[in-house]
Amino acid sequence: MEVVYQLIEKNGLIFAFLVVGILMYLSNLVSTHLFKKKIPGVALAVFSGLLLALLGSKKGIADIPLFAGMALLGGSMLRDFSVVATAMGADLSKIKQAGWAGIVSLFSGVFFSFFVGVLLAFFLGYRDVESLTTIGAGACTYIVGPITGSAVGASSDVIAISIAIGVVKTIVATIGTPLIAKKIGLDNPHSALVFGGLIGTTSGVTAGLAATDPKLVPYGAFTSTFYTGLGCLLCPSVFYFALRAFV
Amino acid sequence: MKIYGVALLAFCFLFGKLLGNYLGVWIGLKSDVGGVGFAMFFLMISYSYFKKKGIVKELTTQGIVFWSSMYIPIIVAMAATQNVKAAVSQGPIAVVIGVLVTLTGFLLVPLISKIGQTKNEK
Repeated sequence: MEVVYQLIEKNGLIFAFLVVGILMYLSNLVSTHLFKKKIPGVALAVFSGLLLALLGSKKGIADIPLFAGMALLGGSMLRDFSVVATAMGADLSKIKQAGWAGIVSLFSGVFFSFFVGVLLAFFLGYRDVESLTTIGAGACTYIVGPITGSAVGASSDVIAISIAIGVVKTIVATIGTPLIAKKIGLDNPHSALVFGGLIGTTSGVTAGLAATDPKLVPYGAFTSTFYTGLGCLLCPSVFYFALRAFV
Repeated sequence: MKIYGVALLAFCFLFGKLLGNYLGVWIGLKSDVGGVGFAMFFLMISYSYFKKKGIVKELTTQGIVFWSSMYIPIIVAMAATQNVKAAVSQGPIAVVIGVLVTLTGFLLVPLISKIGQTKNEK
């Protein structure tokens, strides 16, 4: 067994290909035979990925040395590389057409996430501006949260909560998008662009769209890639000062 | 050759990320702002340009298609390497806010999609 472990640890990425391949095969089997394809195989695969992540902590299943290669396969380098590759099938004229709607969706996405987050935090008993700002920022994405938190000097437990909110958002977007897509008219490039700008968490947006309709992925990814930057820009500055004026 | 496609993709990726990082520095953030978006933009433009010129061959395209089809397996791996435990263990506060904020975002989709589309019709 020692030899097997060493082999896998040395070839982590290759082993990750095998693991994900098996996972997707099983998910497609379950989707076809158990759910009659009503729940897409991709959605099941992503969901079972999230369940597997519970086996570890900070880096999910990659915390187990045997599965360390999963962190490389699922890391931001290969993710961004393959997201960019999906642009080949995207229609530039559709992105141009939705240009304004995309920009409106980005600003309103950051605005609403922040202030809905702040409002809920207020109801749940937070009163100091720093904590409110950090929690509101966490409601944007799990990157905006800690960046804002350290900028305004929030306590570390509030920063931890802001990260957790961002991760919950990613998970809800991943699982919820295929379920709600039809009801919110998410079936064309235009609304996918708007969706990416409103939800903003790139991982959640792309995973959710992949489970809904892989053709929509490049459009959602396109706008959501600007979201975290915009959030990092607005939350610790304009929004923070606006809150200070109110509270 | 397939590697030409992969190389074009790599070039667009790096150039886009570079622009994103410079934009980040310029507006005073240390992070990448929209790098992936710029990269996607470059790939769309350069790919359609080369295609028009007839430089792109079937095999070149296949090099890019392979990576775009790896997208979903990569997302599955990404899901498996998230800090799901932290999200669950922070208790109801994180879950309540996370769920409600995402739902708000969902509900705004038809509203803002509409604004854009009426603008297009004019």
